[in-house]
Order: sequence, then structure tokens, then C-alpha cells
Amino acid sequence: MDLIVEVKRHAYDRLTVLEDVSLTVRGGEIVAVIGPSGCGKSTLLGIAGGILAPSAGSVRIEGAPPADCLNPLTYVFQDFALLPWRSVADNVAFPLEHHRLPRGERERRVMDALRRTGLADVAGVLPKQLSGGMRQRVGIARALVVRPAVLLMDEPLSALDAQTRELLIEDFLDLLLREQVAAIYVTHNFAEALRLADRIVVLSRRPGRIKDVVAIPLPQRERGAASAQAELAELGARLWSLIRDDASIAEREVADV
Amino acid sequence: MSEDVSAAMSPARGVAFRGGGFLPAPRPLYSWLAFPVLLTLWQAALSFGWVSPVFLPAPTDIAVALWRLTVSGALWQNLSVSLLRIGFGWIIGSALGFVAGLAMGLSSRGRAVGMPLVSALYPIPKIALLPLLILWLGIGEAPKIATIAAGVFFPTAIAAFSGVDAVPRSLIRMAQSFDLPMAAILRKVVLPAALPSILAGCRISVSTALLLVVSAEMIGAEFGLGAFLLAEGNLSRPDELMAGVVVVSLLGLGFGALIGLAEKALLTWR
Ligand SMILES: Nc1ncnc2c1ncn2[C@@H]1O[C@H](COP(=O)(O)OP(=O)(O)OP(=O)(O)O)[C@@H](O)[C@H]1O
Ligand SMILES: [Mg+2]
Repeated sequence: MDLIVEVKRHAYDRLTVLEDVSLTVRGGEIVAVIGPSGCGKSTLLGIAGGILAPSAGSVRIEGAPPADCLNPLTYVFQDFALLPWRSVADNVAFPLEHHRLPRGERERRVMDALRRTGLADVAGVLPKQLSGGMRQRVGIARALVVRPAVLLMDEPLSALDAQTRELLIEDFLDLLLREQVAAIYVTHNFAEALRLADRIVVLSRRPGRIKDVVAIPLPQRERGAASAQAELAELGARLWSLIRDDASIAEREVADV
Repeated sequence: MSEDVSAAMSPARGVAFRGGGFLPAPRPLYSWLAFPVLLTLWQAALSFGWVSPVFLPAPTDIAVALWRLTVSGALWQNLSVSLLRIGFGWIIGSALGFVAGLAMGLSSRGRAVGMPLVSALYPIPKIALLPLLILWLGIGEAPKIATIAAGVFFPTAIAAFSGVDAVPRSLIRMAQSFDLPMAAILRKVVLPAALPSILAGCRISVSTALLLVVSAEMIGAEFGLGAFLLAEGNLSRPDELMAGVVVVSLLGLGFGALIGLAEKALLTWR
């Protein structure tokens, strides 16, 4: 299944946030989106998943999602968006509850998602009892339980500390590659983009346009190797040179509110 | 290097602690002692004749009067009437206030209509409406219950509104992103998230109901705690009057404790 996002323009009142941003995600592909703050990355992701309507443009799906897929476009949130009154297992079951499923299928899916994210031991625990990293694992499990075709991830690690980020990103990568789920991964962090993505879309400062698309030819599995570091560092330098001037202007911008 | 130099120039001094005070610490003993100490002083004031029992009856006299009223059935006769009025008034006012608060929290139109109305009507002391309500509804139970309902309506509506308004947008977005129907979002996300605020509103509304039932009964009622207090005052029986006041106070404490239990049972997740 391919996801085709074509935003001609998106504005909040008179503030134009995105202009001519088109983006296609093919089955199993991981696309990272980076850009200075306020350039419309979250807006783009909201449009891609249908929770924001673009001022002009369209979003299409081509091809069929996987057979047991209940929610082709599924978000993973920066602030996790867990229901604090529900246990881990009940949070993961949440997106299944309004679907008719064969007997026992719901429990099976929940257990399966918990196992794949390493949460089986804390199924009965409330979110407040978990660390930030574990909470985001719950967010991931809740996304996997519907067997999505494309995961839409808005800075899923930025609320976490650096060490937890390192641990989780490897788990993300494992999951994405193993499950063959495609993803749009919005981040500020070059290292995360370089670790995960097949392609990195670089947006300019607001109004965000596509400044460049940087493909990473190296397979993800090989990017940990010492021999790969020079190439990755070069790509990182290229990203930085693309973004630096815009980022520095965006950073000085005074909000007009 | 530089450290050695400065150490040589000035003698070492300890850094004095200056971070004390301003921190709440539990002092259960003080809480437990407050009442007995107050009661003892009060009793002493009367036993030693510092205060005349005509103005202030001794705690022991109040206890005796309370017992007398309990045994004679006079207490229950008045208390039960007040409880019924509170019950009806509170349930009606809460139900209407809850619906109004939800409407204001969920719909922009509801908010646009409701906010100015609530702001204008909330500050009116509801007891001032009793004469008007008697004109409209006659002199039976209806105007008293309506007064209580009106008093309960506003804090409930405001609590429900601010509870719904404060539900994190991200939770609603999350539910929408999984295609939950509106009704399910309301039931599974909005209401549970608003519950703490709604229960806090209940705390205010039950004391409002208590205040209003006593006031309304003092204005015109045959039975009820307010009518009882007024009659005892007119008959110059301060011990029974004070016994009635104690009952009102205990009632308030009891309602508060019930809400506390509900919070404990329903909000363990916080
Ligand atoms: N609901 C809204 N109403 C009005 N303006 C908005 C709204 N949401 C976002 N904006 C504005 O649109 C611009 C783009 O916001 P967006 O959140 O998409 O940026 P972003 O690239 O995700 O930023 P960040 O890197 O800080 O997460 C910002 O200037 C923001 O203030
Ligand atoms: Mg953002």
C-alpha cells in the first residue's frame, strides 16, 4: 500500500504553514521529515493521517492495506497520549474495542503486541507507574495492535532522555523492518533520521517547502558498522548545511500571536 | 591555584543553612488535639461561670439536648425532611448542571450561549430567588427544591465545563485517529478525563445545597433543620439550637467524606 500526500497549501487563518509539499511513502518504506521548528512538520503529519484537512491538496492511498489491518494510517504521539486511567493492556486494547473481532482475537492481538514491545510483564500496570521509555513502548504497542500499513510518528522520542532514546530507536528499527511497516518519522534529530530512514525529506523554514530529499543508500542493518560512519557523517553534514541558515532564522523568529 | 590563594586570604567559614520553613509537613497530633482542647476550654468557661449559659450552652448541655432530641424523634423528623429536600434539589441541579456544562465544553455554540449566562447568574445569591419561586411554584416543597437545584446547578455546570475543556487535545486526537465514533470518545475519553473536576464540583455543590436548605427552611417551612433552628431561637433554647447547629455541621462533614470516598474509589489512576 502506498500513501500519497499532496499538499498544495496549508494555512492556519492567514499564517501559511506549508506550500507545495508532496510526498509518497511506498510499502515498508521509512521516510524521515526534518526541518526547522515551526516549519509545519506536525501539520504535514496531521494532514497525512487525515486529522487535519489541508487548505488545498489531497491525500490518497493506492493499493490495499494488509488483510488484517484495522487502521492503515496510525499515529505514535510525542506525548504518548495514553489514557492514564487504563492499564497498559487496556490502553493497547483501546483501538480494538469498537471493532467486531472473532472471539479471542482481541486478547490475542493485545498479548501479541505487548510481547513484541517487551511489555508482557507490565500488562496490568497504570501508565503513571512507568518510565517515559516504557510509556512510549505502550504507544508503539497500541499502534501495532491494529496492524497498520503506515506509522505516522511525530518526534516519538523527543520527550525522552538521551539514553532511553538510544535504546528505543534500535527497538523501533527492529520492529519496522521485521513487520515491514512503512513510516513517516518526524524528528529534529539528524542521528535518528540517519539511523532509520530510507529517505530524508528536508523542509525549509515556514512556509515549509521541500528543500531537498536525501536518500540513504546504505541498508539500515549495516549502518551500525564502523565502516559506515564516514558516509553517514557526510550525509549528516549535508543535512546540516541544508538546514542551518533556515534554522537560525526560525530560531530568532518572534511569534505573531 | 586560585583556590589556594583565596583560601590563604580569608579564613574558612561554614555555610549557614537558610532553606528552612514554608514546607508543609503532616502534624496529625495537632489535628487530633485541636477539638478536645477547644471543647475543654469551652466547658471550663461555663463551669467556672466566665460565660452565662443563656448566651452559650456548655458542650455537655448540648450533648444532653442532642440525646433528648434523638430519643424524642424530633431530630429525625426535621433531619429527614431536610435530607429529602437536599436529595431532590441536588440531583435535579446536578443533572441539569452536568448537561449544561457538557454542552458548554463540547460545543462552541453552547459555550457562546452559556458562558455569559452563567457568569451573570452565578453570583446571584440563590436564596434571593426563593420569594419569586414561591410566587411561581406555590408554597409547597417545589420552591425550596428549586432554590437548592439552582444553587447546585452553577458550580456543577462550571466544574463540568472546565473539566471537559481541560481534556488534553492529544487524547481526543488519538481517539479520532483510531476512528472512534463521537459517542465512544465522549464515554471513553472525555468523561473519565473530566471526572476529577466534576467530583471537585460536587464538593462545592453539596455544601451549597446544605447552606440553601437551611436558609430556605428558615424563611418558610414547618419542618426541617432550618425551621427547627429558627423555632429553638424564638423559644430561647440555646442548648437545642446548638444541637441543631452540630447536626448541620456533621451533615456537611458526612457529605464531604462521601465525596472523598468516591474520589478514592474512582481516581486511583491520578
Ligand atoms: N492549530 C493551530 N492554529 C494556529 N496555528 C498553528 C496551529 N498549529 C500550528 N500552528 C502554527 O503553524 C506553524 C507550524 O506548526 P507545526 O506544529 O506544524 O510545526 P512543526 O514543524 O511541527 O514545529 P516543531 O518543530 O516546533 O514541532 C507554527 O508556526 C505554529 O505556531
Ligand atoms: Mg511538531
